[in-house]
Amino acid sequence: MTNVLVCVKRVPDFSGEVLLTADAQGVDARFVGFTVSAHESCAVELAVKIAAAGGGAATVLTLGPAEAVEQLRSALGVGCTAAVLVETDPVGFGAADVAREIAAVVAAHEAAGRTYDLILLGNDAADTGDFQVGIRLAYELGRPVVNGINTVEVTDGVATARGAGADGGVETYRVPLPAVATVLEGGVEPRYPTITGRMKAKKVAVEVVEPRREPVGSGRVRLTLPPAQPSLVEVLGEGTAAAPAVVDLLRSLGVLR
Amino acid sequence: MILVLVETDGSGATEASLETVTFARDLATRETGDGGGGPVRAVVVGELPEGTVEALGAYGVSEVHHATGEAFSAYGGAVWAAALQAVHQVTDSVAVTATGSPRGNEVLAHLAARLGVAMAANVVGCPTPLAISQPFVVSRQVVGGAVLEEMRLDDRPAVFSVAGHAVESTPAASPTTATLREFSPEVTEADLVARVVSTEPGEPDRSGSLRSARVVVGAGRGAGGTDGFDGVVELAGLLDGSLGVSRVVTSLGWRPHHEQVGQTGSRISPELYIPCGISGAIQHWAGCASSKTILAINTDADAPMMTRATYAVIGDMHEVVPAINEEIRRRRDQR
Ligand SMILES: Cc1cc2nc3c(=O)[nH]c(=O)nc-3n(C[C@H](O)[C@H](O)[C@H](O)COP(=O)(O)OP(=O)(O)OC[C@H]3O[C@@H](n4cnc5c(N)ncnc54)[C@H](O)[C@@H]3O)c2cc1C
Repeated sequence: MTNVLVCVKRVPDFSGEVLLTADAQGVDARFVGFTVSAHESCAVELAVKIAAAGGGAATVLTLGPAEAVEQLRSALGVGCTAAVLVETDPVGFGAADVAREIAAVVAAHEAAGRTYDLILLGNDAADTGDFQVGIRLAYELGRPVVNGINTVEVTDGVATARGAGADGGVETYRVPLPAVATVLEGGVEPRYPTITGRMKAKKVAVEVVEPRREPVGSGRVRLTLPPAQPSLVEVLGEGTAAAPAVVDLLRSLGVLR
Repeated sequence: MILVLVETDGSGATEASLETVTFARDLATRETGDGGGGPVRAVVVGELPEGTVEALGAYGVSEVHHATGEAFSAYGGAVWAAALQAVHQVTDSVAVTATGSPRGNEVLAHLAARLGVAMAANVVGCPTPLAISQPFVVSRQVVGGAVLEEMRLDDRPAVFSVAGHAVESTPAASPTTATLREFSPEVTEADLVARVVSTEPGEPDRSGSLRSARVVVGAGRGAGGTDGFDGVVELAGLLDGSLGVSRVVTSLGWRPHHEQVGQTGSRISPELYIPCGISGAIQHWAGCASSKTILAINTDADAPMMTRATYAVIGDMHEVVPAINEEIRRRRDQR
């Protein structure tokens, strides 16, 4: 039986322009929806697969505002069976604070007999891009950690994880459980919730806990937007008629010999 | 003193590591009043290709600490961090940095956790000098580079990674002869647990070649389906380049994920990027912003990619791209 905990973060779903709040402490997400990082959608998929293969359960956790229950419900809709919300305003939390709070939940659950063989997180969040929550969590718990992996399988208490290496090859890690792994998009296709999945998700009682400690903070002084670049685009033409101008350009750039 | 983790490929220090060394050197030579700068030293773990020490000297590195031994024969975030930590302990560095590559960020995060200090990922500038006692403020990329965050690093060492292309790599005005110091730090059993056990070479067109390609031809939702890529694949071939796609394309299963460009795909920096039928959402832009020249092809003249590009062609990629291919072939035949 392999029990998996997967950690996700509620992030604004920007595609076009990004606006900042008046105090420059956060991004203004009033006009966009919310999602989780693409890496975390894959982590949820892996968690559900591993739990199903090993006859265990997948629990989803987030640290965020009350509304982050929406992201927990999404994960419940695709096969997680329990959810934990550490409810707080995440802006005041740095990577070390988040790791400490997750570790506290794990410790409390384990004291009550709910153990996690594997903890999955996204490699880096789409908004803050800190690259460290998973690693700091592993140190808090005294467990091994592998990063940037695309797939994980569990057999006989060992996790076999694969990810892209520095030179584009595929690297394999084999770590004994319990362990922590951070996931990159690309190894699995996140599934969509079915209607029955969504119905089930609505009925799951989400465990809501408060942070155990005052956060140390992220060191954020303020956010700024890079200066807007004036559009200097040179339109080479419209439709097929532009082809000769394009080829002239390719020549002048030296990419066509 | 600033310590830099230098990554190598078969031929020497990676270009991104040389950028980081340049960044560290610029920071070290800024006047701080209390000696926050000082020399730049490098740490290389595992493979040390011939000529690396001399090359690092040319970039202003005074000492190269090279971790050798069985423990470092295979990559592992914790063992690499143990090596970096060992050098930090004897040199008492004010800052420890690495390039914002997957490895650089991973090893620094391990180090920060081990030392109990903060870490800033993907730094592009430092509004304040690096002093021993005063707060050090860095400016780093967040939201895939669409937003900059000014972040205080109060701890010493200040641990931060440097984003790719934050500076151009430039040799030092006064090069040094770097001293090589081999060392074999102690590592614990726990550090050795999560190391690479095997590596298989990737397919020839995996993201490795995409990241280093001189020309990338991109295709997005405008491709329209699995069979909408013939034209762009041909153009990539004619330009001796790689194909890079948007997330929509990989999510729909039209092309494999390793071809994806963007925040959660590969970051590319070619001489020329030709995005066809790609809107230019911020997460895609995050992966292609450091292209030298961008030629966008799109039916919508107001798409973000079209207004941010250097050159644009307004039109249907299924007509424009074959016409470009035809024109290239025609001119070749004339020669
Ligand atoms: C956390 C997160 C991470 C993400 N990471 C990435 C990432 O790494 N990479 C990435 O690319 N995206 C990423 N995205 C998705 C991103 O937000 C966009 O949804 C995506 O880039 C859009 O892809 P597209 O431009 O191909 O499609 P669309 O936005 O649908 O744009 C299609 C474009 O094609 C044009 N077009 C249509 N037909 C034609 C035609 N026949 N000829 C010419 N032009 C045509 C249209 O005018 C339009 O501009 C991420 C999103 C999130 C939330």
